[in-house]
Amino acid sequence: MPDVKMIVNGKPVSGSVEGRTLLVEFIRNNLHLTGTHVGCDTSQCGACAIHVDGKLVKACTMFALEANNREVATIEGQANNDGSLNFIQQAFKDHHGLQCGFCTPGMVMATADLLKTNSKPTEHEIRDHLEGNICRCTGYHNIVKAILAASGQDVSRIAAE
Amino acid sequence: MYNFEFKQPKTVSEALSALVNDEAQLLGGGQTLIPTMKQRLASPSTLVSLTAIEEMKGICLNDDGSISIGGGTTHADVAANSNIFSGLITLAKNIGDAAVRNRGTIGGSLANNDPAACYPAAALSTGAVIITNNREISADDFFRGMFETALEEGEIILSVRFPVPSLSSYQKFIQPASRFAIVGVFLSNFENEIRIAITGAAEEGVYRWREAEVALNANFSEGSLNDLLVEPEGMIGDIHASSEYRAHLVKVMTKRAVKNAS
Repeated sequence: MPDVKMIVNGKPVSGSVEGRTLLVEFIRNNLHLTGTHVGCDTSQCGACAIHVDGKLVKACTMFALEANNREVATIEGQANNDGSLNFIQQAFKDHHGLQCGFCTPGMVMATADLLKTNSKPTEHEIRDHLEGNICRCTGYHNIVKAILAASGQDVSRIAAE
Repeated sequence: MYNFEFKQPKTVSEALSALVNDEAQLLGGGQTLIPTMKQRLASPSTLVSLTAIEEMKGICLNDDGSISIGGGTTHADVAANSNIFSGLITLAKNIGDAAVRNRGTIGGSLANNDPAACYPAAALSTGAVIITNNREISADDFFRGMFETALEEGEIILSVRFPVPSLSSYQKFIQPASRFAIVGVFLSNFENEIRIAITGAAEEGVYRWREAEVALNANFSEGSLNDLLVEPEGMIGDIHASSEYRAHLVKVMTKRAVKNAS
Protein backbone atom coordinates (compact mmCIF):
# COMPACT_ATOMS: atom_id res chain seq x y z
CA MET A 1 0.00 0.00 0.00
CA PRO A 2 1.22 3.54 -0.71
CA ASP A 3 2.63 5.62 2.12
CA VAL A 4 1.21 8.96 3.12
CA LYS A 5 2.63 11.60 5.39
CA MET A 6 1.23 14.89 6.57
CA ILE A 7 1.32 17.36 9.44
CA VAL A 8 -1.76 16.98 11.63
CA ASN A 9 -2.34 19.62 14.31
CA GLY A 10 1.34 20.54 14.09
CA LYS A 11 2.70 17.01 14.40
CA PRO A 12 4.21 14.96 11.56
CA VAL A 13 2.31 11.70 11.01
CA SER A 14 2.54 8.93 8.43
CA GLY A 15 0.93 5.65 7.50
CA SER A 16 0.12 3.20 4.74
CA VAL A 17 -3.23 3.57 3.02
CA GLU A 18 -5.17 2.24 0.06
CA GLY A 19 -5.98 4.53 -2.84
CA ARG A 20 -9.60 4.56 -1.70
CA THR A 21 -8.84 5.43 1.93
CA LEU A 22 -10.68 8.66 2.68
CA LEU A 23 -8.90 11.37 4.60
CA VAL A 24 -11.47 11.08 7.39
CA GLU A 25 -10.81 7.33 7.64
CA PHE A 26 -7.07 7.94 7.93
CA ILE A 27 -7.64 10.55 10.63
CA ARG A 28 -10.06 8.41 12.63
CA ASN A 29 -8.78 4.87 12.09
CA ASN A 30 -5.03 5.34 11.68
CA LEU A 31 -4.45 8.38 13.86
CA HIS A 32 -7.29 7.63 16.32
CA LEU A 33 -8.37 11.26 16.23
CA THR A 34 -12.08 10.54 16.49
CA GLY A 35 -13.25 14.12 17.02
CA THR A 36 -13.74 14.44 13.27
CA HIS A 37 -17.10 12.77 12.75
CA VAL A 38 -18.68 10.92 9.87
CA GLY A 39 -22.32 11.96 9.74
CA CYS A 40 -23.63 11.28 6.28
CA ASP A 41 -20.62 10.12 4.26
CA THR A 42 -22.25 11.80 1.25
CA SER A 43 -20.65 15.29 1.42
CA GLN A 44 -23.81 16.86 2.77
CA CYS A 45 -23.55 17.25 6.54
CA GLY A 46 -20.14 18.76 7.32
CA ALA A 47 -19.56 16.79 10.55
CA CYS A 48 -16.21 15.79 9.01
CA ALA A 49 -15.14 19.38 8.22
CA ILE A 50 -11.43 19.99 8.79
CA HIS A 51 -8.81 22.34 7.39
CA VAL A 52 -6.25 21.26 4.79
CA ASP A 53 -3.54 23.84 4.16
CA GLY A 54 -5.77 26.30 5.98
CA LYS A 55 -8.84 25.66 3.84
CA LEU A 56 -12.13 24.20 5.00
CA VAL A 57 -12.83 20.83 3.37
CA LYS A 58 -15.02 17.80 3.95
CA ALA A 59 -12.70 14.99 4.99
CA CYS A 60 -15.17 12.37 3.71
CA THR A 61 -14.83 13.77 0.19
CA MET A 62 -11.08 13.74 -0.17
CA PHE A 63 -8.66 10.83 -0.34
CA ALA A 64 -5.92 10.51 2.27
CA LEU A 65 -3.35 10.45 -0.54
CA GLU A 66 -4.59 13.83 -1.73
CA ALA A 67 -3.45 15.25 1.62
CA ASN A 68 0.10 13.89 1.21
CA ASN A 69 2.66 16.47 2.40
CA ARG A 70 -0.08 18.86 3.47
CA GLU A 71 -1.00 20.46 6.77
CA VAL A 72 -4.20 19.27 8.37
CA ALA A 73 -6.04 20.83 11.31
CA THR A 74 -8.77 18.95 13.18
CA ILE A 75 -10.93 19.73 16.19
CA GLU A 76 -8.31 18.12 18.47
CA GLY A 77 -5.92 20.95 17.65
CA GLN A 78 -8.34 23.77 18.38
CA ALA A 79 -8.04 24.05 22.17
CA ASN A 80 -5.64 26.58 23.68
CA ASN A 81 -2.12 25.41 24.54
CA ASP A 82 -3.05 25.01 28.22
CA GLY A 83 -5.88 22.67 27.26
CA SER A 84 -8.68 25.16 27.89
CA LEU A 85 -11.39 25.67 25.27
CA ASN A 86 -10.54 28.21 22.59
CA PHE A 87 -12.78 31.25 22.14
CA ILE A 88 -15.04 29.54 19.60
CA GLN A 89 -15.47 26.39 21.67
CA GLN A 90 -16.06 28.49 24.79
CA ALA A 91 -18.74 30.53 23.01
CA PHE A 92 -20.49 27.34 21.86
CA LYS A 93 -20.46 26.16 25.50
CA ASP A 94 -21.60 29.51 26.93
CA HIS A 95 -24.47 29.96 24.49
CA HIS A 96 -25.63 26.35 24.29
CA GLY A 97 -24.48 26.10 20.68
CA LEU A 98 -24.75 22.34 20.82
CA GLN A 99 -27.35 19.81 21.82
CA CYS A 100 -26.26 16.25 21.01
CA GLY A 101 -22.87 17.58 19.91
CA PHE A 102 -22.39 15.36 16.88
CA CYS A 103 -22.17 18.22 14.39
CA THR A 104 -20.13 20.43 16.72
CA PRO A 105 -16.59 19.57 15.55
CA GLY A 106 -17.54 20.50 12.00
CA MET A 107 -19.39 23.61 13.17
CA VAL A 108 -16.33 24.77 15.13
CA MET A 109 -13.99 24.15 12.17
CA ALA A 110 -16.35 25.98 9.79
CA THR A 111 -16.57 28.87 12.25
CA ALA A 112 -12.78 29.09 12.56
CA ASP A 113 -12.61 29.22 8.77
CA LEU A 114 -15.21 32.00 8.60
CA LEU A 115 -13.62 34.17 11.31
CA LYS A 116 -10.22 34.00 9.60
CA THR A 117 -11.51 36.10 6.71
CA ASN A 118 -14.48 37.84 8.34
CA SER A 119 -13.87 38.89 11.94
CA LYS A 120 -17.37 40.35 12.45
CA PRO A 121 -19.79 38.34 10.31
CA THR A 122 -23.47 39.23 10.13
CA GLU A 123 -26.11 36.62 10.93
CA HIS A 124 -26.70 36.23 7.19
CA GLU A 125 -22.98 35.69 6.51
CA ILE A 126 -22.79 33.13 9.33
CA ARG A 127 -25.77 31.17 8.03
CA ASP A 128 -24.38 31.34 4.51
CA HIS A 129 -21.00 30.00 5.61
CA LEU A 130 -22.64 27.16 7.57
CA GLU A 131 -24.61 26.06 4.50
CA GLY A 132 -22.62 22.81 4.36
CA ASN A 133 -22.95 22.00 8.07
CA ILE A 134 -26.14 20.31 9.16
CA CYS A 135 -27.34 20.14 12.79
CA ARG A 136 -30.00 17.47 13.02
CA CYS A 137 -31.03 18.70 16.47
CA THR A 138 -31.89 21.84 14.43
CA GLY A 139 -30.06 23.94 17.00
CA TYR A 140 -29.00 26.60 14.53
CA HIS A 141 -30.32 29.52 16.54
CA ASN A 142 -27.82 29.10 19.34
CA ILE A 143 -25.01 28.08 16.98
CA VAL A 144 -25.42 31.39 15.18
CA LYS A 145 -25.65 33.19 18.52
CA ALA A 146 -22.46 31.51 19.74
CA ILE A 147 -20.61 32.59 16.58
CA LEU A 148 -21.83 36.17 16.95
CA ALA A 149 -20.56 36.09 20.54
CA ALA A 150 -17.27 34.47 19.56
CA SER A 151 -16.69 37.34 17.15
CA GLY A 152 -17.19 39.86 19.95
CA GLN A 153 -20.68 40.96 18.97
CA ASP A 154 -23.45 41.81 21.41
CA VAL A 155 -25.87 38.92 21.78
CA SER A 156 -27.55 40.12 24.99
CA ARG A 157 -30.75 40.95 23.09
CA ILE A 158 -30.97 37.61 21.31
CA ALA A 159 -33.33 35.30 23.13
CA ALA A 160 -32.04 31.92 24.29
CA GLU A 161 -34.47 29.77 22.33
CA MET B 1 -15.94 1.96 -2.90
CA TYR B 2 -13.76 -0.34 -4.99
CA ASN B 3 -10.04 0.21 -4.65
CA PHE B 4 -7.91 1.80 -7.36
CA GLU B 5 -4.39 2.93 -8.02
CA PHE B 6 -3.97 6.60 -7.15
CA LYS B 7 -1.68 8.77 -9.23
CA GLN B 8 -0.92 12.43 -8.62
CA PRO B 9 1.14 13.82 -11.49
CA LYS B 10 2.74 17.26 -11.21
CA THR B 11 2.56 18.20 -14.91
CA VAL B 12 0.03 17.86 -17.71
CA SER B 13 2.37 15.62 -19.70
CA GLU B 14 2.75 13.27 -16.73
CA ALA B 15 -1.04 13.20 -16.40
CA LEU B 16 -1.45 12.29 -20.07
CA SER B 17 1.04 9.42 -19.66
CA ALA B 18 -0.84 8.20 -16.60
CA LEU B 19 -4.08 8.12 -18.61
CA VAL B 20 -2.91 5.46 -21.08
CA ASN B 21 -4.60 2.75 -19.03
CA ASP B 22 -8.10 2.22 -20.49
CA GLU B 23 -9.77 2.19 -17.10
CA ALA B 24 -8.08 5.36 -15.87
CA GLN B 25 -10.25 8.25 -14.80
CA LEU B 26 -9.35 11.89 -14.17
CA LEU B 27 -10.03 13.32 -10.72
CA GLY B 28 -10.54 17.07 -10.30
CA GLY B 29 -11.70 18.31 -6.90
CA GLY B 30 -13.65 15.08 -6.42
CA GLN B 31 -16.81 16.70 -5.10
CA THR B 32 -18.92 14.74 -7.59
CA LEU B 33 -16.69 11.81 -8.49
CA ILE B 34 -15.88 10.66 -4.94
CA PRO B 35 -19.57 10.42 -3.92
CA THR B 36 -20.23 8.65 -7.24
CA MET B 37 -17.48 6.12 -6.52
CA LYS B 38 -18.86 5.53 -3.02
CA GLN B 39 -22.12 4.50 -4.66
CA ARG B 40 -20.15 2.24 -7.01
CA LEU B 41 -21.57 4.10 -9.99
CA ALA B 42 -17.97 4.60 -11.07
CA SER B 43 -15.13 2.17 -10.44
CA PRO B 44 -11.95 3.25 -12.24
CA SER B 45 -8.89 1.02 -11.85
CA THR B 46 -6.65 4.09 -11.86
CA LEU B 47 -7.46 7.55 -10.63
CA VAL B 48 -5.32 10.38 -11.98
CA SER B 49 -5.62 13.41 -9.71
CA LEU B 50 -5.12 16.80 -11.33
CA THR B 51 -4.90 18.76 -8.08
CA ALA B 52 -1.09 18.86 -7.92
CA ILE B 53 -0.68 20.35 -11.41
CA GLU B 54 0.14 23.99 -10.73
CA GLU B 55 0.14 24.95 -14.44
CA MET B 56 -3.63 24.22 -14.52
CA LYS B 57 -4.47 26.67 -11.73
CA GLY B 58 -4.99 30.40 -11.73
CA ILE B 59 -6.81 33.24 -13.40
CA CYS B 60 -5.34 35.73 -15.85
CA LEU B 61 -6.45 38.65 -17.99
CA ASN B 62 -5.57 38.29 -21.66
CA ASP B 63 -4.48 41.11 -23.99
CA ASP B 64 -7.80 40.95 -25.87
CA GLY B 65 -9.74 41.58 -22.62
CA SER B 66 -10.87 38.00 -22.14
CA ILE B 67 -10.25 36.07 -18.92
CA SER B 68 -8.58 32.68 -18.77
CA ILE B 69 -9.28 30.38 -15.84
CA GLY B 70 -7.16 27.26 -15.36
CA GLY B 71 -9.11 24.00 -15.40
CA GLY B 72 -7.86 23.14 -11.90
CA THR B 73 -8.95 26.45 -10.38
CA THR B 74 -11.35 26.02 -7.47
CA HIS B 75 -14.73 27.73 -7.20
CA ALA B 76 -13.45 29.58 -4.10
CA ASP B 77 -10.54 31.05 -6.06
CA VAL B 78 -12.88 32.22 -8.85
CA ALA B 79 -15.29 33.74 -6.30
CA ALA B 80 -12.45 35.65 -4.63
CA ASN B 81 -10.93 37.12 -7.80
CA SER B 82 -11.64 40.80 -8.37
CA ASN B 83 -10.98 40.58 -12.14
CA ILE B 84 -13.98 38.32 -12.73
CA PHE B 85 -17.23 39.78 -14.09
CA SER B 86 -20.26 39.95 -11.83
CA GLY B 87 -22.34 37.06 -13.16
CA LEU B 88 -19.46 34.62 -12.86
CA ILE B 89 -18.60 35.78 -9.34
CA THR B 90 -22.20 35.28 -8.22
CA LEU B 91 -22.19 31.85 -9.82
CA ALA B 92 -18.94 30.71 -8.18
CA LYS B 93 -19.96 32.05 -4.76
CA ASN B 94 -23.16 30.00 -4.76
CA ILE B 95 -21.93 26.57 -5.84
CA GLY B 96 -22.43 23.98 -3.12
CA ASP B 97 -21.09 25.24 0.19
CA ALA B 98 -17.84 26.77 1.47
CA ALA B 99 -16.06 23.42 1.86
CA VAL B 100 -17.15 22.16 -1.56
CA ARG B 101 -15.99 25.42 -3.17
CA ASN B 102 -12.50 24.88 -1.73
CA ARG B 103 -12.18 21.58 -3.63
CA GLY B 104 -14.42 21.65 -6.70
CA THR B 105 -12.90 22.94 -9.94
CA ILE B 106 -14.21 24.64 -13.06
CA GLY B 107 -12.65 21.97 -15.29
CA GLY B 108 -14.32 19.21 -13.33
CA SER B 109 -17.71 20.89 -13.49
CA LEU B 110 -17.53 21.44 -17.25
CA ALA B 111 -16.20 17.96 -18.01
CA ASN B 112 -18.96 16.35 -15.95
CA ASN B 113 -21.71 18.51 -17.51
CA ASP B 114 -24.29 17.73 -14.87
CA PRO B 115 -27.64 18.98 -16.23
CA ALA B 116 -28.09 21.07 -13.05
CA ALA B 117 -24.52 22.36 -12.70
CA CYS B 118 -23.86 26.10 -12.79
CA TYR B 119 -20.63 26.51 -14.79
CA PRO B 120 -21.99 25.11 -18.08
CA ALA B 121 -24.48 28.01 -18.14
CA ALA B 122 -21.70 30.59 -17.78
CA ALA B 123 -19.56 28.96 -20.45
CA LEU B 124 -22.42 28.68 -22.94
CA SER B 125 -23.86 32.13 -22.27
CA THR B 126 -20.55 33.96 -22.65
CA GLY B 127 -19.47 31.87 -25.64
CA ALA B 128 -16.40 30.69 -23.74
CA VAL B 129 -13.70 28.55 -25.32
CA ILE B 130 -12.68 25.30 -23.61
CA ILE B 131 -8.99 24.66 -24.13
CA THR B 132 -7.73 21.10 -23.88
CA ASN B 133 -4.36 19.47 -24.46
CA ASN B 134 -5.45 18.81 -28.08
CA ARG B 135 -7.63 21.70 -29.24
CA GLU B 136 -9.89 24.62 -28.53
CA ILE B 137 -13.62 23.87 -28.37
CA SER B 138 -16.26 26.59 -28.44
CA ALA B 139 -18.90 26.23 -25.74
CA ASP B 140 -21.58 26.02 -28.45
CA ASP B 141 -19.94 22.77 -29.62
CA PHE B 142 -18.85 21.46 -26.23
CA PHE B 143 -22.06 20.47 -24.44
CA ARG B 144 -23.67 17.40 -26.02
CA GLY B 145 -26.52 16.55 -23.64
CA MET B 146 -26.84 15.29 -20.08
CA PHE B 147 -23.36 14.32 -18.78
CA GLU B 148 -22.07 14.32 -22.39
CA THR B 149 -19.43 16.64 -23.82
CA ALA B 150 -17.20 16.86 -26.87
CA LEU B 151 -14.25 15.67 -24.77
CA GLU B 152 -12.56 12.52 -26.01
CA GLU B 153 -10.75 9.83 -24.03
CA GLY B 154 -7.55 11.17 -22.59
CA GLU B 155 -8.46 14.81 -23.14
CA ILE B 156 -7.93 17.24 -20.26
CA ILE B 157 -9.48 20.70 -19.85
CA LEU B 158 -6.42 22.89 -19.29
CA SER B 159 -8.24 26.20 -19.15
CA VAL B 160 -11.37 28.09 -20.13
CA ARG B 161 -11.26 31.45 -21.91
CA PHE B 162 -14.22 33.72 -21.16
CA PRO B 163 -15.08 36.76 -23.29
CA VAL B 164 -16.13 39.46 -20.81
CA PRO B 165 -19.69 40.76 -21.27
CA SER B 166 -20.43 44.40 -20.46
CA LEU B 167 -23.39 43.24 -18.36
CA SER B 168 -23.99 39.81 -16.89
CA SER B 169 -26.14 38.05 -14.33
CA TYR B 170 -26.59 34.55 -12.98
CA GLN B 171 -29.93 33.77 -11.38
CA LYS B 172 -30.25 30.41 -9.66
CA PHE B 173 -33.42 28.92 -8.26
CA ILE B 174 -31.69 26.67 -5.80
CA GLN B 175 -32.55 23.16 -4.65
CA PRO B 176 -31.79 23.80 -0.99
CA ALA B 177 -30.53 20.32 -0.10
CA SER B 178 -28.21 19.66 -3.02
CA ARG B 179 -27.49 23.36 -3.77
CA PHE B 180 -27.73 22.54 -7.49
CA ALA B 181 -29.93 24.66 -9.73
CA ILE B 182 -33.55 23.67 -10.21
CA VAL B 183 -33.30 26.34 -12.89
CA GLY B 184 -30.30 28.59 -13.44
CA VAL B 185 -30.14 31.39 -16.00
CA PHE B 186 -26.93 33.05 -17.14
CA LEU B 187 -27.34 36.25 -19.14
CA SER B 188 -24.44 37.84 -21.01
CA ASN B 189 -24.90 41.22 -22.65
CA PHE B 190 -22.16 42.01 -25.16
CA GLU B 191 -22.32 45.24 -27.07
CA ASN B 192 -23.96 43.65 -30.11
CA GLU B 193 -25.34 40.43 -28.75
CA ILE B 194 -27.26 39.03 -25.82
CA ARG B 195 -26.87 35.35 -25.02
CA ILE B 196 -29.00 33.41 -22.54
CA ALA B 197 -28.07 29.95 -21.25
CA ILE B 198 -30.39 27.83 -19.13
CA THR B 199 -29.21 25.06 -16.81
CA GLY B 200 -31.11 22.71 -14.51
CA ALA B 201 -34.23 22.76 -16.63
CA ALA B 202 -33.86 20.60 -19.71
CA GLU B 203 -33.37 16.85 -20.05
CA GLU B 204 -30.68 17.57 -22.62
CA GLY B 205 -28.75 19.71 -20.15
CA VAL B 206 -27.64 23.29 -20.64
CA TYR B 207 -29.09 25.10 -23.69
CA ARG B 208 -29.45 28.56 -25.18
CA TRP B 209 -32.90 30.13 -25.08
CA ARG B 210 -32.79 31.59 -28.56
CA GLU B 211 -36.28 33.18 -28.55
CA ALA B 212 -35.38 35.19 -25.47
CA GLU B 213 -32.09 36.24 -27.06
CA VAL B 214 -33.95 37.56 -30.12
CA ALA B 215 -36.51 39.40 -27.98
CA LEU B 216 -33.86 40.91 -25.71
CA ASN B 217 -31.63 41.91 -28.61
CA ALA B 218 -34.59 43.90 -29.97
CA ASN B 219 -35.46 45.42 -26.60
CA PHE B 220 -33.45 44.74 -23.44
CA SER B 221 -36.27 44.78 -20.91
CA GLU B 222 -38.16 42.28 -18.78
CA GLY B 223 -41.37 43.11 -20.64
CA SER B 224 -40.01 41.89 -23.94
CA LEU B 225 -40.16 38.33 -22.52
CA ASN B 226 -43.86 38.55 -21.63
CA ASP B 227 -45.19 37.02 -24.83
CA LEU B 228 -42.72 34.14 -24.99
CA LEU B 229 -44.02 30.68 -24.19
CA VAL B 230 -41.80 28.03 -22.56
CA GLU B 231 -43.13 24.54 -23.21
CA PRO B 232 -42.78 21.85 -20.51
CA GLU B 233 -41.91 19.21 -23.13
CA GLY B 234 -38.28 18.19 -22.72
CA MET B 235 -38.01 19.76 -19.27
CA ILE B 236 -36.85 17.69 -16.29
CA GLY B 237 -39.65 16.65 -13.95
CA ASP B 238 -38.76 15.16 -10.55
CA ILE B 239 -39.73 15.32 -6.87
CA HIS B 240 -38.19 18.79 -6.58
CA ALA B 241 -40.07 20.42 -9.45
CA SER B 242 -42.40 19.28 -12.23
CA SER B 243 -41.53 19.95 -15.85
CA GLU B 244 -44.33 22.56 -15.95
CA TYR B 245 -42.83 24.34 -12.94
CA ARG B 246 -39.34 24.31 -14.44
CA ALA B 247 -40.73 25.73 -17.69
CA HIS B 248 -42.39 28.49 -15.67
CA LEU B 249 -39.17 29.20 -13.77
CA VAL B 250 -37.15 29.60 -16.98
CA LYS B 251 -39.04 32.80 -17.81
CA VAL B 252 -39.19 34.06 -14.21
CA MET B 253 -35.45 33.61 -13.68
CA THR B 254 -34.59 35.11 -17.07
CA LYS B 255 -36.57 38.22 -16.15
CA ARG B 256 -34.64 38.44 -12.91
CA ALA B 257 -31.41 38.13 -14.87
CA VAL B 258 -32.43 41.07 -17.08
CA LYS B 259 -33.39 43.14 -14.03
CA ASN B 260 -30.18 42.39 -12.13
CA ALA B 261 -27.62 42.45 -14.95
CA SER B 262 -24.59 44.49 -13.92
